[in-house]
Amino acid sequence: MKDVADNTMKAPGASDPNRRDFLLLATGAAGAVAVGGIAWPLISQMNPDASTVAAGAPVEVDLAPIGEGKAITLKWRGKPIFVRHRTAQEIADAKKDDTAALPDRQADAARVRAFDGKAQEQWIVVYGNCTHLGCVPIGFSGEYNGWYCPCHGSHYDNSGRIRKGPAPRNLDIPEFAFLSASKIRIG
Amino acid sequence: MTIVSRLFAAALVAGSSMALAAPALAAGGGEKPPRQSWSFYGPFGTFDKAQLQRGFKVYREVCSACHGIEKVSFRNLSEPGGPGFSEAQVKALAAEYKVKDGPNEQGEMFERPARPSDRFPKPFPNPEAAKAANNGAVPPDFSVIAKARSYERGFPIYVFDIFTQYQQQGVDYITALLLGYEEPPAGVKVEDGLHWNRYFPGNKIAMGNPLVAVFDDAGKPNDPNFYTDGTPVTKQQVAKDLSAFLMWTAEPKLEERKRTGVKVMLWLILLAGLLFMLKKRIWSRLDEDAPAKAH
Amino acid sequence: MGEHHSTYVPKTGIERWVDARLPIVRLMHDSAVSYPVPRNLNYFWTFGGILMMMLVSQIITGIVLVMHYTPHVDYAFQSVEHIMRDVNYGWLMRYAHANGASMFFVAVYIHIFRGMYYGSYKAPRELLWILGVVIFLLMMATAFMGYVLPWGQMSFWGATVITNLFSAIPVVGESIVTWLWGGYSVDNPTLNRFFSLHYLLPFMIFGVVILHVWALHHVGQNNPSGVEVKNYAKDTVPFTPFATVKDLFAMVCFLMVFAWFVFFHPNFLGHADNYIPADPLKTPAHIVPEWYFLPFYGILRAVPDKLGGVLAMFASIALLAFLPWLDTSKVKSGAYRPAFKIFFWVFVVVCLFLGYAGSQPTDKAVLTLGGRVVLDMVGFGQILTVYYFAHFLVILPLLGLFEKPLALPASIADSVLASTGHGHPVGAHASPEK
Repeated sequence: MKDVADNTMKAPGASDPNRRDFLLLATGAAGAVAVGGIAWPLISQMNPDASTVAAGAPVEVDLAPIGEGKAITLKWRGKPIFVRHRTAQEIADAKKDDTAALPDRQADAARVRAFDGKAQEQWIVVYGNCTHLGCVPIGFSGEYNGWYCPCHGSHYDNSGRIRKGPAPRNLDIPEFAFLSASKIRIG
Repeated sequence: MTIVSRLFAAALVAGSSMALAAPALAAGGGEKPPRQSWSFYGPFGTFDKAQLQRGFKVYREVCSACHGIEKVSFRNLSEPGGPGFSEAQVKALAAEYKVKDGPNEQGEMFERPARPSDRFPKPFPNPEAAKAANNGAVPPDFSVIAKARSYERGFPIYVFDIFTQYQQQGVDYITALLLGYEEPPAGVKVEDGLHWNRYFPGNKIAMGNPLVAVFDDAGKPNDPNFYTDGTPVTKQQVAKDLSAFLMWTAEPKLEERKRTGVKVMLWLILLAGLLFMLKKRIWSRLDEDAPAKAH
Repeated sequence: MGEHHSTYVPKTGIERWVDARLPIVRLMHDSAVSYPVPRNLNYFWTFGGILMMMLVSQIITGIVLVMHYTPHVDYAFQSVEHIMRDVNYGWLMRYAHANGASMFFVAVYIHIFRGMYYGSYKAPRELLWILGVVIFLLMMATAFMGYVLPWGQMSFWGATVITNLFSAIPVVGESIVTWLWGGYSVDNPTLNRFFSLHYLLPFMIFGVVILHVWALHHVGQNNPSGVEVKNYAKDTVPFTPFATVKDLFAMVCFLMVFAWFVFFHPNFLGHADNYIPADPLKTPAHIVPEWYFLPFYGILRAVPDKLGGVLAMFASIALLAFLPWLDTSKVKSGAYRPAFKIFFWVFVVVCLFLGYAGSQPTDKAVLTLGGRVVLDMVGFGQILTVYYFAHFLVILPLLGLFEKPLALPASIADSVLASTGHGHPVGAHASPEK
């Protein structure tokens, strides 16, 4: 038994053990880098490919067809995006609630975008995925007449803010900007 | 032994006749294309961006009416390792093309200007339409044509190709084909709708000489300023530029591949060297142990 | 010979606890660390490790490719181009997988010929050898079905020709072919089942490889002298570090060849026609299988009868399984068999020329005398085919009876002594006898 241990484990080249140790270390390090180099492409290939990235380029949306009090759902990067044209009453309701007990405190003014220096309060643009676990909430429903998620009962107001239920955050707002008073670019 | 020696003799004769037989065979179908020099040859080869841009111009103005590059996206033209157009150029270029999209809210398909993420639209909606418009022959798609065309190298030359890195059969052939339109030899009858080409397998090709779009009968360019970068407009140049462009459409990652390959090779050589030394040291133990342990 | 004693000593309490319940660390230790390896193995013995590496490489790159590939006749070709153009490192995965298949066969052929030269199929390694033949068959099936997946012209026509081989079977042949196709021709159902099986078979290979390695570790490795291990202390070295470092060095050298093709010559071993999408209405002018099937394709074409050709081709592979009993020599290693050595190399050359014959048009002239074709490719293939079978059925059985082998060394240690001239060789003890 002892013999085996001696022969397999001992540092050979007893005359110059440092050199052997350096060699073993250098080989091990070079081998580790090689393994890493092989692993990286295998990991990287699961990231979005070039065509997916290119297809996720920004899109322009014409707002003109969306009447006051109406909303549309469009698909961008495979996800639903709600674009809601709010009435004056709805805007007033949302602003009034800025001071209510909000789980994820955010003023309504922070959830709209401006064009030409003027806040476009009538337009709410949010990702249509509940911030709880990603279901798509139903529009114009729930206790706050915003959105109601049927999966686990989250209620959002017309500004997309979470008011009640398990969702932790307000509905996310995609990057978007007004190109004109009736046109936005998402992304 | 006699059987063995006879077999060996047969084998040797076979081996020596292979090299001779190959050109003879090729002559029946079309001549072997002459070798051209290419910037992307060898382990360190890269594409010549200006050449790819010129080649794209040739493709666009001469070939694209009949031959698609349906696997290529507009965005590819601005990606690294390609012709190196700017993103703005590509966006403007894409907008000149119309692609089908839809359905819209009325349930109808509609046409819109292409975006960089779109692929090049096909010249014909389906093979049947292509056939109907081209005398019964379908013009092949050009996306991977430079890898889909080849010619027999013959034994033993193809073994040497492993080491000399010759793998440009496709582009050499395409270049030769473009320059290979000639009057048929005396006594050879070429049927209507076919053309004689020195390098086409079987010599009779349905496609007419495409270079007549650029050159007149005397071989002079119709437009001396066809190239805007000052490159002389010769048939040879036009053919080579197009071929190089088609090599890129077939192998857009060629530069990335070779660059990665050089790094990988260097690393493997280092690793092999280290392992070799380690192996020698470990096995030398056996010799060291021997005198110490003997008896 | 036989099982060597386990030398694993669990050091910590946790190791002892695990060892008493699932001795997996002991298994690894006994088979990859203390396992005794004949000390005179040459570099041809590193190909087992190289093959293991290639199998793992093929499985990993294959699983990755499946994440992006679409097994449908309308999308397969397109999805392969999508992998080549859009997927991050997709070009690397595909070229590594396609060239990896070729490298796998390069390694397996060297491995097989090494076994043939050194008599590694002889008792007590008959089952080890037969398991190897099974792996080879599974590899061929896997490679064939994999080649169909890109759905190029060669994919389609290769699938058509090879599946049509089964139509040579009397009476039920046509039904079998229809059953294989799942239709009236090679079509979407065929592509789908080939994809499914191409994914399954490598794991079956992996299973048989485990049996192959198990059998190997049970009987011990053969070695260039063909003399069995007599004294573990003198004749063997422990697998780690001796064989480990040697195998690693050989693997990296092999990887260099592999990388040369992947990065600098990725389509050399492929066929240009497979970059043309499959067209059921048009056969390429000259269809050939991948290079690793060419010798067997050469045998298939040499026989003028349809059923006969198919039988000859399958027989040429099946014959390998009977090699342990066809070779009648008492001496294992070809190094001590002067006549066998010559016939072995003739056989290698015949196999290479069979491959050449399989790659060439059948009407091509091989030998012309005075402008008259004396021998065409079919005739050439026939001579080679006859020799191929004669090697197994006539030469090997007779050679063992009439050949006078050289004197064998008394032990592996003695054979090392003879070749190096060193002092009394005492290797590191792999497994001391008691």
